Amino acid sequence: MQTPGPLRMILVHIALLAVTLLTLFPVLWVVKMAVEPGQALQLTVNPFPTSFSLQNFRDVVSTTAADGTWLFGWQLLNSLVISGATALVGLCLACTAGYALSRWGFPGREEAMGLFLLTQMFPGVMMSVPLYMLLERAGLLDTMTGLILVYSTTSVPFATWNLKGYFDTIPKDLEEAAMMDGAGRWTTFTKIILPLARPALAVTGLFAFISAWNEFILAATMLGDERRYTLPIVLKGYVGEFSAEWGHFAAAAILVSVPVTVLFFILQRHLVEGLTAGSVKG
Amino acid sequence: MATLSFDAVEKRYGAVPVLHRVDLEVADGEFVVLVGSSGCGKSTLLRCIAGLETISSGELRLGGQRVNEVAPRDRDVAMVFQSYALYPHMTVRENMAFALELRKHPETAARVADAARMLELGHLLDRYPKELSGGQRQRVAMGRAIVRRPKVFLFDEPLSNLDASLRQQLRVELRRLHRELATTTVYVTHDQVEAMTLADRIVVLDKGVIQQVGTPDELFFEPANRFVAGFIGSPSMNFLKKLEAGVWVGVRPNDVHIGGGGTGPVYRAEVEVVEKMGFEAMVHLRLGDERLIARVEGAPPAGTVELSFGRSYRFDAETGARRP
Repeated sequence: MQTPGPLRMILVHIALLAVTLLTLFPVLWVVKMAVEPGQALQLTVNPFPTSFSLQNFRDVVSTTAADGTWLFGWQLLNSLVISGATALVGLCLACTAGYALSRWGFPGREEAMGLFLLTQMFPGVMMSVPLYMLLERAGLLDTMTGLILVYSTTSVPFATWNLKGYFDTIPKDLEEAAMMDGAGRWTTFTKIILPLARPALAVTGLFAFISAWNEFILAATMLGDERRYTLPIVLKGYVGEFSAEWGHFAAAAILVSVPVTVLFFILQRHLVEGLTAGSVKG
Repeated sequence: MATLSFDAVEKRYGAVPVLHRVDLEVADGEFVVLVGSSGCGKSTLLRCIAGLETISSGELRLGGQRVNEVAPRDRDVAMVFQSYALYPHMTVRENMAFALELRKHPETAARVADAARMLELGHLLDRYPKELSGGQRQRVAMGRAIVRRPKVFLFDEPLSNLDASLRQQLRVELRRLHRELATTTVYVTHDQVEAMTLADRIVVLDKGVIQQVGTPDELFFEPANRFVAGFIGSPSMNFLKKLEAGVWVGVRPNDVHIGGGGTGPVYRAEVEVVEKMGFEAMVHLRLGDERLIARVEGAPPAGTVELSFGRSYRFDAETGARRP
């Protein structure tokens, strides 16, 4: 391959720089708004803060209800529990379903796979009305269980497809070897297949967690009591129709993104393995 | 340790037959090799013994007991796969101990140590399969089978992923292991050299039908038909059609004598190509419009030569069956 000329290199770097700025500027603005006192929306050319205060963070974290309940604490817990449970439900149901779909032919297999895909094609908004009616009938409106079920309707099919795809790449010989070694189906699944699918489980779980963590529309539809709110609803609350607390909004936005970032770092190793899984023969 | 008997065993996929009426008795402690070209049903037969394939009709008995309906894990049969099928997330030690640990066997550690010593795997016990060479993986796969002390060992082309020198080395090792353990063994390969060197008895399969069962010498010197004659021996037997009507005349390359030494008629042939192999040479000849190979020691001939045959065989041109 020929080394590109200096002019070409300069142009490439200018393009890269432009894209980098485009991506970084909004993030820097959010940081700037969060750490500068005041609530105004200021889109200045200078993305760096000119003054520094943690007041916005303090305000957001210490939000309390009229009766003195620590709202932010509850809302953070809601988000964690709902997202964690969605990921857990998704993984538990999807790993067995994905394995069955990967390994056995049975009547209705193709149809099931197709239906799973179909559910992914509808946007959340469109599903919100029927889901609302279902939850109302089941008496699960405004509950964590209800929202977890709602999120599972999208996380389970996605996770099933994802895990089925990964199970397909695990050689059948390994299972046959385990069966000859004296393992039953369940032992083979838990001792051979699941440990080997760890990267895929990490990616799938993380994806389900993040989707639930960031979801706004369905949460806003199903939850009424602010003590049950998840963080995206809280975020939206700072920028209303008549008043906009941009400082608080920015501080809250940063706080909301912290857990996901931490999770990402923890699972990073598995993520890379998972995303390239199957590409290299072991 | 056990005997193994096939009684009119058939295997069909839907309406497609893969194995036709297989009748075979394997004695206790015997080393039987199934050979045939790819798609002949040898691997299917092996998987039927393992229980990984069901039998469509007939009966399979292991140690005198019918096992048609017995699950793989309850057959007490160990298998070495072509791909080795080592558990990638387990160390060599864990791989070898897996079967015994499932059964909570009290001597697991001792048995693993024993097998590791036998296969010289002691220094590799804490490694993972991906850190091993092909030959080492193969030995771990054998170790995993050995620690169980099963009734029967099954090998599915275990050496086909290795290079020639390693293959030869492991062949010797396999033979030695079998002498030590004396476990009934069924070994599948498409390589007739492996079959000849390893087997007590060889089973030659073609299109799902057993062609001949016999010791390596029986198959080599008394082939039942043209398929067996052509399959066993390297380079393979020469078949000439024009010497006798309605009959293929078969002559092994070492029975083609150039310049005399044979009995019977003398033919004139052209030397086309000579492959030198050091001690000996393979001489490719043209006899009329038919080709044949002669194995020659010493200086190879050139040009037009006279040749005669030592031992020759006659096979029916229609059915391929051996004629007296």
